[in-house]
Amino acid sequence: MVKHLTTPLTNEDLESLRSGDKVLLSGVIYSARDAAHARLVKLLDEGKDLPFDLKGQVIYYVGPTPAKPGKIIGSAGPTTSYRMDPYAPRLIEQGLKGMIGKGSRSEKVKEAMRKHKAVYFGAVGGAAALIAERIKEVELIAYEDLGTEAIRRLVVKDFPLIVVNDIYGGDLYEEGQSLYRKNK
Amino acid sequence: MKIIKAETITREVARLCQEANFFLGEDVMNAFKKALEIEESEIGREILEQLIENAKIAKQKRVPMCQDTGYTVVFLEVGQDLRIEGNLEEAVQEGVRLGYAEGYLRKSIVEHPFRRRNTGDNTPAVIHTELVSGDNLKIIVAPKGGGSENMSKIKMLKPADGKEGVIDFVLQCVKEAGPNPCPPIVVGVGIGGTFEKAAYLAKKALLREIGSSHPDPEIAELEQILLQKINDLGIGPAGFGGVITALDVNIEIFPCHIASLPVAVNLNCHAARHKETVL
Repeated sequence: MVKHLTTPLTNEDLESLRSGDKVLLSGVIYSARDAAHARLVKLLDEGKDLPFDLKGQVIYYVGPTPAKPGKIIGSAGPTTSYRMDPYAPRLIEQGLKGMIGKGSRSEKVKEAMRKHKAVYFGAVGGAAALIAERIKEVELIAYEDLGTEAIRRLVVKDFPLIVVNDIYGGDLYEEGQSLYRKNK
Repeated sequence: MKIIKAETITREVARLCQEANFFLGEDVMNAFKKALEIEESEIGREILEQLIENAKIAKQKRVPMCQDTGYTVVFLEVGQDLRIEGNLEEAVQEGVRLGYAEGYLRKSIVEHPFRRRNTGDNTPAVIHTELVSGDNLKIIVAPKGGGSENMSKIKMLKPADGKEGVIDFVLQCVKEAGPNPCPPIVVGVGIGGTFEKAAYLAKKALLREIGSSHPDPEIAELEQILLQKINDLGIGPAGFGGVITALDVNIEIFPCHIASLPVAVNLNCHAARHKETVL
């Protein structure tokens, strides 16, 4: 069964999700990856406002290719998430409710997800041309100098995701792989 | 004497940069279809279907199949009887500049490991040049994604560690990488030579066609053993669990020092991008 969700996400939305659930996500999400995360956390350290309010929001770890003429965005698949692990707990504390990427998260991030109620969605790494078709609007909102790493406000429609880490400690990578592991 | 102009090389490199990013190899597509028949996990099969669909969209619309259009790695085999009119190195770099601009490919290279300002045109490419006999110029463009490159490893084993040591190290590398390098992966293994030679061989191994075997039967057998053991890890497509973790394992070997057994593992995502031409 596929669950339809619309951002911003509430705790009630997250309570209904379990690792392994398929989700079609619609609404506003924000792109940010390595360099943008470093800047966001620096702003928090300095007690300054962020370029967007994190409450209930979802961040997509992506650095898209440039848009071809007449298009709003290029290919836009997920990047590997662990590089954002040093920053993610700070953003979750501020009300971030969802992260989209690929690959495993650290224990600290998983702990923050359980404690503050946030989920980690997996998008399919390498399915960048397919995912781009689900992005309907793009607006650059901060850090234009970072190029592909700038923060963009994306409006998505039925973005295909799978819940990897839920708020209860479920982890699809561990659960899914243990079913098929034949050695050790 | 055959003369090749620098402009010709630039144009060809620009074309190959784009084609490598737009068009999935036929060997990979065939491997996806075969995997779809074997994969036991339902989510795993859905992921494979999405990857097939993604490749079709990329081809039809001439857009990159992955947003990470890579560090541009270029292999040149230069015939010693050939003359190049102009600067070969600069011709290749200009080709990368042109290809990444024309193809709307992502520029992912920063000019300094710490200062990290984007060079804006995806240069410099990493160029590996080999001198060969004859008067042909072979150009292979292999854009390499950061996600899978980051999960690669090298180790200087003891000769006593032998084949078992190599198997353990490769398995450990793939296991630790887990879902990060976008499985199903292609695993390039370089065994022998020196520290840097092993890494080079591992990268070169990724250029081999999926489904091909090493000519040495003992190495071909090791490729099969590793492929089975990697798939038994259960990582599966996208790391969500399944029986297809790798599409293939390719090994390249080289003579060793009496004291050494270097082994390098270069992981590639399922896209396994590379395109080539001979001038």
